[in-house]
Amino acid sequence: MRRGGIVSTDIYLNVAVSGVLTGLVYGLMALGLSVIFGVVRVVNFAHGEMTTVAMYFAVVLFATLGLDPLLMMVPIAGVLFVFGYAMQRWLINPFISRPEHSQFILLVAVAIILANGLLIVFGPDARSVQTSYAFDSFKIGPLIVDATKAFAGLAAIAVAAALFAFFRFTRLGTAIRACADNYTGAQVIGLNVPRLYALTFGLGAACVGAAGAMLALVTDVTPPLGPSFTLLAFVIVIVGGLGSMSGALAGGILIGVIAALAGLFYTPSAKGMFVFAILVLVLLFRPQGIFGRRA
Amino acid sequence: MNRNLHSGDNRITRRTVTAGLGASVVAGIAPFNIVRAQDATLKVGVLLPRSGAQAGIGQDCQRGVDIAAGLLKELGMPPLQIMNGDTETSVEVARSRAEKMISDGAQVLVGAFDSGQSTAIAQVAEQKGIPYVINIAAAPQITEQGYKFVFRNFPTAGMILADAFANQKEIFEAAGAAPKTAVFMHVNDTFGTAMKGGIGAVMPKFNMPYNLVETIAYDPTSRDLSVEVAKAKATGADALLMVSRLNDAILITRELVKQRWSPMAILSMGPGWYEDQYLKTLGKLSDGPLSFVPWYDPNKPMSKKLDEALAKAHPGVNLNTNHVYTFEALLVAADAFKRARSTDPKALADAIRQTNITDNVSPGPGIQFNEKGQNDKLKDSAIQNRGGKLVTVAPKVAANAKVEWPMTPYDKRG
Repeated sequence: MRRGGIVSTDIYLNVAVSGVLTGLVYGLMALGLSVIFGVVRVVNFAHGEMTTVAMYFAVVLFATLGLDPLLMMVPIAGVLFVFGYAMQRWLINPFISRPEHSQFILLVAVAIILANGLLIVFGPDARSVQTSYAFDSFKIGPLIVDATKAFAGLAAIAVAAALFAFFRFTRLGTAIRACADNYTGAQVIGLNVPRLYALTFGLGAACVGAAGAMLALVTDVTPPLGPSFTLLAFVIVIVGGLGSMSGALAGGILIGVIAALAGLFYTPSAKGMFVFAILVLVLLFRPQGIFGRRA
Repeated sequence: MNRNLHSGDNRITRRTVTAGLGASVVAGIAPFNIVRAQDATLKVGVLLPRSGAQAGIGQDCQRGVDIAAGLLKELGMPPLQIMNGDTETSVEVARSRAEKMISDGAQVLVGAFDSGQSTAIAQVAEQKGIPYVINIAAAPQITEQGYKFVFRNFPTAGMILADAFANQKEIFEAAGAAPKTAVFMHVNDTFGTAMKGGIGAVMPKFNMPYNLVETIAYDPTSRDLSVEVAKAKATGADALLMVSRLNDAILITRELVKQRWSPMAILSMGPGWYEDQYLKTLGKLSDGPLSFVPWYDPNKPMSKKLDEALAKAHPGVNLNTNHVYTFEALLVAADAFKRARSTDPKALADAIRQTNITDNVSPGPGIQFNEKGQNDKLKDSAIQNRGGKLVTVAPKVAANAKVEWPMTPYDKRG
């Protein structure tokens, strides 16, 4: 407690843990962006809107069928995988060899269509998921841990671990990494690069789907939420290292903790300022990101 | 051109074209917006945050618009043609929508719930010379600019705070208990900042029993307020003093429950805690907070009519500030149009300045504007959430229930 300038250490611990858990979910969302860029070399400007779509899936499934977003994480990720796969195969693929500004405009257009589509279908009101554990918290010694954040954070770790394992231990994952490392070489050895690109985009979108389902547990959703998620994902992957999977997750945690502690030590209004200050520092002193490889 | 089509009486000659053009020019430069016929309608542009972070409140204000037509007709007011505009909870959008509405023919503007957005609209209205009746916005500076076309039937931050502190003291006296310390959390937008400034200026005059141990400003669009609440909890304050919006009020309540902190009282001096969406979203967890806000006088006949109209149009929705002050803004516009018998902006502004409506809803002697365009005679009430309903607990003259004190802890609500 703050009495005469004395502040208990409990609050720092509580706030830091909360920052880590929130950061894990943000990290998973950013992981999708990083995976897509790392392999396909397309910057997905519709990333936040895809996250919002996933959140609405979770909200609708909970409101109509009472299905818990944690259980629906896998089906929602599956739907987003199909969406991402199709989008890459038939919409983005023709733009792969075009100038970057064409890709940028294309994905911004997709983002605007998604946001306005959500606005038409769901209206502007904020929607939320009120699970039976929505107001629960765990008391562990001096720590009070938000149950929804804890579940969401653990799920984020599980999904990220599965993705790491896929890229590390499966033939398909190795093939995708080969495409990322050497595009021409991958074509020379006979890999079906367009299909692998579509798979990668689908996997990135699946990450977004899983993250969206979990985000629906921790925050309300409105259609205009997309751009702020896109921006947040960009900050995280730039800080962690664009194209680095571990960097995205670590970047998420770092940003989550910095935002939380900045709010505590300085003022909550300045959380964003500190996050962007970190971004500027990384760009100045380690432009490839904390976990990124120098080009 | 096929000449045969223009033979006989229908033939277009150079003279007809010249005459037609002349008539068009005369029509174009004529003051076509001046309407003398009393049965003509007044085009009222209603600007509200219908999307974005304040969408819930904007939609709630719209209910006040929905029920206005029938009541105004009953009062013998001329019809209004409502033009709906969405500020998207953005100051910049509010400004551009106001300009667009005026260019589309709006003769009076009404809105916009938020001080920042209302400030931007006021600038446009004054520049274009179109009367603007603010429904809800408390930043004092809006009516301190010497504007001639801007009118506000809503208390300023200073008025809200003065009434709030007076009503709080009345409640503490009735309860026989008072908090010794309070932590003040406020949104960092125009309204929140104005209220913060107002507290510094007004609170010392009231010799309150509590002192503020911490002030925490936060972003009203924030998706996570856990740090803010953790910081507030860490002060160990008895009470939580709030100036918030709707979504953040819901987020803060959730965090209070999760972080297992039940202050003795939540004293809100802004929107959020009494809104219908707050009550419905949080259920039994919404009970207890006290809101010190511009409200309605339940004893006025017009309040009963408005309440009935709302119950008919939106069953289950509690009458609140958003409906009352949005309705009254339209009432001001219709009343001025009736007296001015014109849609000329200056005539309307002059008529609004002369407003004297005593058959109204808000507490106080009625709707009149001072030389700054401010209704400075409005009074506020203290209301408490009880079982999904709202009761008035102060001032005594307008109270219909006794205060429940202290607030039932969140973990003792079954």
